[in-house]
Amino acid sequence: MGLTYQSTGITSRENFNITCISNEPVIALAGNPNTGKSTLFNALTGLRQHTGNWPGKTVLQSKGTYIYNTRKYLVVDLPGTYSLLANSVEEEVARDFICFAKPEVTIVVVDSTCMERNLNMVLQVMEITSNVIVCLNLIDEARRKKIQIDTEKLSRTLGIPVIPTAARNKEGIEELMNTTNKLISGQIKPRPNLVKYDKKLEDAILHLESKIKPLLGDELSTRWIALRLLDRDTKLISALEDFYDKHKILEMSKEVMA
Amino acid sequence: MKGSITLDTVPSNTFALITSINADGPTRRRLLDLGLVPGTRVEVLQRSPMGDPVAYNIRGAVIALRKEESSQVQTSR
Ligand SMILES: Nc1nc2c(ncn2[C@@H]2O[C@H](COP(=O)(O)OP(=O)(O)OP(=O)(O)O)[C@@H](O)[C@H]2O)c(=O)[nH]1
Ligand SMILES: [Mg+2]
Repeated sequence: MGLTYQSTGITSRENFNITCISNEPVIALAGNPNTGKSTLFNALTGLRQHTGNWPGKTVLQSKGTYIYNTRKYLVVDLPGTYSLLANSVEEEVARDFICFAKPEVTIVVVDSTCMERNLNMVLQVMEITSNVIVCLNLIDEARRKKIQIDTEKLSRTLGIPVIPTAARNKEGIEELMNTTNKLISGQIKPRPNLVKYDKKLEDAILHLESKIKPLLGDELSTRWIALRLLDRDTKLISALEDFYDKHKILEMSKEVMA
Repeated sequence: MKGSITLDTVPSNTFALITSINADGPTRRRLLDLGLVPGTRVEVLQRSPMGDPVAYNIRGAVIALRKEESSQVQTSR
């Protein structure tokens, strides 16, 4: 297998209540509230789940496992959010998990009947990681409402896999597992088409990235960190301090915010 | 167009068209993330007993906004 799970960074997954004794790939389920994440979680894991609390946070978290092709996967059900900008505890939990626990795959669960509002989250996750799959859930509802979705085109436009599902009827679950497996084994390589901002902003991003790279290396998406710094996202800086070498981060933010 | 008012003053059970967000930085971003993008038609649902917050149907999701947020959203009807 191409990936070594221990080498994914200095951040310990222990911070997230995930003990990585075995080399189980971690799959995160993210998405807007009420899109069927927990239903999908149950469809994937059956009864193999544990609900626990995030250390220091009051947001419940479910973890479970499933086996596909003799391989065991750990699934984490994240709280539903409209955004990953850490405006609420839920957003902070989801953001920190995707950003710092670095799941091997993040599945963004989307409500097929209101995609426009849901795709905002997809674009945000794509800025953090390229290991993303869109799960077009509630596809049965979309069919009932005569909403037709060109999944091929959506997948090409976003540059990542798109899988329609109806989690409640277990429709599409097998294909979702199969695609997840292919992504992890490197058979599928997503190439997210990221949002391009105007020239002035892109220049600023490039400039910041050149300063961030020597400090954080390839640990995190430098583009995303640069964007957050341009937003003056002080919460992200304190999160970085929690998970990384405090001294380095202080140095970076001092230089960058100057 | 029946004049421009902020979202907090739009009556219940009516629709409003978002024209702009009168805020900057994180607040602006948050409102946009909730789906309050100019051009969006929003339905005002019920008010809570104290009149704040108010529930809105924004792009297929019911979302409650406080006055300090909704008063920063410019609409036309
Ligand atoms: N028709 C249909 N209903 C579904 C499907 N998936 C989930 N649901 C229903 O949608 C509702 C919400 O599902 P949840 O799994 O609780 O959604 P969630 O994303 O976990 O919600 P939050 O944790 O609150 O963000 C439930 O009533 C489910 O039964 C689906 O594929 N088709
Ligand atoms: Mg849930």
